[in-house]
Amino acid sequence: MTEIVSQASGQIISTAPVRRDIGIRRRYAAERRFRFYGLAAIAFGLVFLFLLLWSVVGKGYTAFWQTELTLPITFSQEVIDPDNKRETDPKVLQAANYPVLVRNALAEKLGVAANDRTALRQVSGLFSDSARVKLRDMVMSDPSIIGKTLPVTILASANIDSAFKGQFDMTVDESSRRVSDRQVAWMDQLVEEGVLASGFNTGLFVNGNSSRPEAAGLGVALVGSLYLMGIVLVLSLPIGVAASIYLEEFAPKNRLTDLIEVNINNLAAVPSIVYGLLGLAVFINFAGLPRSAPLVGGLVLTLMTLPTIIIATRAALRAVPPSIRAAALGLGASKMQTTFHHVLPLAMPGILTGTIIGLAHALGETAPLLLIGMVAFVANIPATPLDPSTALPVQIYMWANEAERAFVERTSGAIIVLLVFLIIMNLGAILLRRRFERRW
Amino acid sequence: MNIMTEAATEELLEKKMNAVPLKMVGKDVSVFYGDKRALYDVNLNVRENTVTALIGPSGCGKSTFLRTLNRMNDTIDGCRVTGMITLDGEDVYDPSIDVVELRARVGMVFQKPNPFPKSIYENVAYGPRIHGLAKSKAELDQVVEQSLQKAGLWNEVKDRLQEGGTGLSGGQQQRLCIARAVAVSPEVILMDEPCSALDPIATAKVEELIHELRTNFTIVIVTHSMQQAARVSQRTAMFHLGNLVEENDTDKMFTNPDDQRTQDYIMGRFG
Repeated sequence: MTEIVSQASGQIISTAPVRRDIGIRRRYAAERRFRFYGLAAIAFGLVFLFLLLWSVVGKGYTAFWQTELTLPITFSQEVIDPDNKRETDPKVLQAANYPVLVRNALAEKLGVAANDRTALRQVSGLFSDSARVKLRDMVMSDPSIIGKTLPVTILASANIDSAFKGQFDMTVDESSRRVSDRQVAWMDQLVEEGVLASGFNTGLFVNGNSSRPEAAGLGVALVGSLYLMGIVLVLSLPIGVAASIYLEEFAPKNRLTDLIEVNINNLAAVPSIVYGLLGLAVFINFAGLPRSAPLVGGLVLTLMTLPTIIIATRAALRAVPPSIRAAALGLGASKMQTTFHHVLPLAMPGILTGTIIGLAHALGETAPLLLIGMVAFVANIPATPLDPSTALPVQIYMWANEAERAFVERTSGAIIVLLVFLIIMNLGAILLRRRFERRW
Repeated sequence: MNIMTEAATEELLEKKMNAVPLKMVGKDVSVFYGDKRALYDVNLNVRENTVTALIGPSGCGKSTFLRTLNRMNDTIDGCRVTGMITLDGEDVYDPSIDVVELRARVGMVFQKPNPFPKSIYENVAYGPRIHGLAKSKAELDQVVEQSLQKAGLWNEVKDRLQEGGTGLSGGQQQRLCIARAVAVSPEVILMDEPCSALDPIATAKVEELIHELRTNFTIVIVTHSMQQAARVSQRTAMFHLGNLVEENDTDKMFTNPDDQRTQDYIMGRFG
């Protein structure tokens, strides 16, 4: 054996013993495999997330645009009030045949003869029947416009809207198509004349529900969901946080509190539809609160959210280091002061995150609302939480059951709106956590 | 509280220790954690304006005894204390004694520095504020400054009182905790291994501080370090397996202890 001699100092360098096999390669292989599994799981998840977003956004983005007709309409006395009785009989203005006004205006624009009944019927198919309500409201609020000609924007019919957005296959035979060749030709003509155009669909956010897809909107559902969230927040945050603080900081640890803890954990796992049944039995049948009301929905969702908030809050309180409590108690702070001055502020990020996640869960909850009657056709925006209303997820459920082609894009559009709200809430949770996060 | 000048204190210490009044007296103190007994009939006196060190191997009950003095054991579930502990002759476990008031009179510094995650100022001001010890902002400012000065931290932090207390070094944090305890003007300060998480330089500073604090406060300190007990204390009590083995003047304890077990422990034969 030759000895290696260091050149610098002339000292002998020790020789290495025979290498032992301590399984280095095996360990690294295991680590590589584990990393691969992790990456594969994440990729798998991302693919499905992407597919979900792709299908929803791809179908739904067109719901945010609406085809509209802007044209001068003559509020002719012969159509609205042929017998000139509106001074004495207010029902005349209510019952007048307003769509004829639009039909006549369009027929004139398109050069359709006033006696060509087949063509006139097809002209009527161009615009939405919601024009009736719009024109009636205009006339009823200001009867002096009768006899005048005013430019009015009305919605195109659902079929024209779909055709304009290119959702119909024009190669199909005319008889089995929802729009005729003639209507398509008129559409092109109207576009050229600047009558037919696409605009941002504000109606989607302000209108109530409607059986005509082009006039159906999320207004009622948005206001209903807002009421629900408000009620859930106002009730479940204070009750949940107070209950958690009591259980975590004050209550003695005995069988009773153990039992309560087990039950809270179980309640968090109870299917939401059961809460709906409970709400139906207690709030509607027993307490006599109105059906379909956001107040009842809010109460039911509060019951459903409370266990989530209590569990999150207790975890957040438990995560506060005991040394902080000891420090405050050692200074002579009372238990209450210790909790509210030191423990609660430190637990705040966790509590808020838990609350917002609970709220987001409640926002997306459908099943319990079905049972308390919030699945209803509601056209008028609820003024108070006691008025009938729907909620965003229920509206999605209802639209998904509609047969018309035009409800497909509205359903997806509503899903996008709901997802945007959920993303905003989750972002809020992250921002609040960052804002309140403290190190110790 | 008996206020004495430093010179007077020194003079007192020259005399026989027995002449010093007893601030706290533990009589037949036993502590149970559930079914487990942690202390066996401990009789131990804490003398006024004296540093009393509690030493002994891990798990011998010295921290447990310390925590009975301001009833910090109350916060532990299943903990039961028997016997009697008095502060100025009053039983601290008597139902008429309020634990909040007791802890305002008997402060505590913990093993690991545990400043609140708030500013340095807020850390010190918290105690006086909850006890209503300062009438005005100016008065509170003064209490904070005095407390930080007593804890020897004022010069290091006076320009950054609004910065976080957790941003200080370990030694500074522990002195901040001492300032926080001092700010309430307690009569007794309990220290539970206050230097165990500190480096030697920070330890030296805290020990120096303990020496100075003795002028105004009665101090009980639990320590693992025999040298520390010898350096900072006048009286030492040795615990072993939940029993008080010996309580004596520190000088005597480290040169000529009465009990063989003390001798063995100090010589490093067990522990």
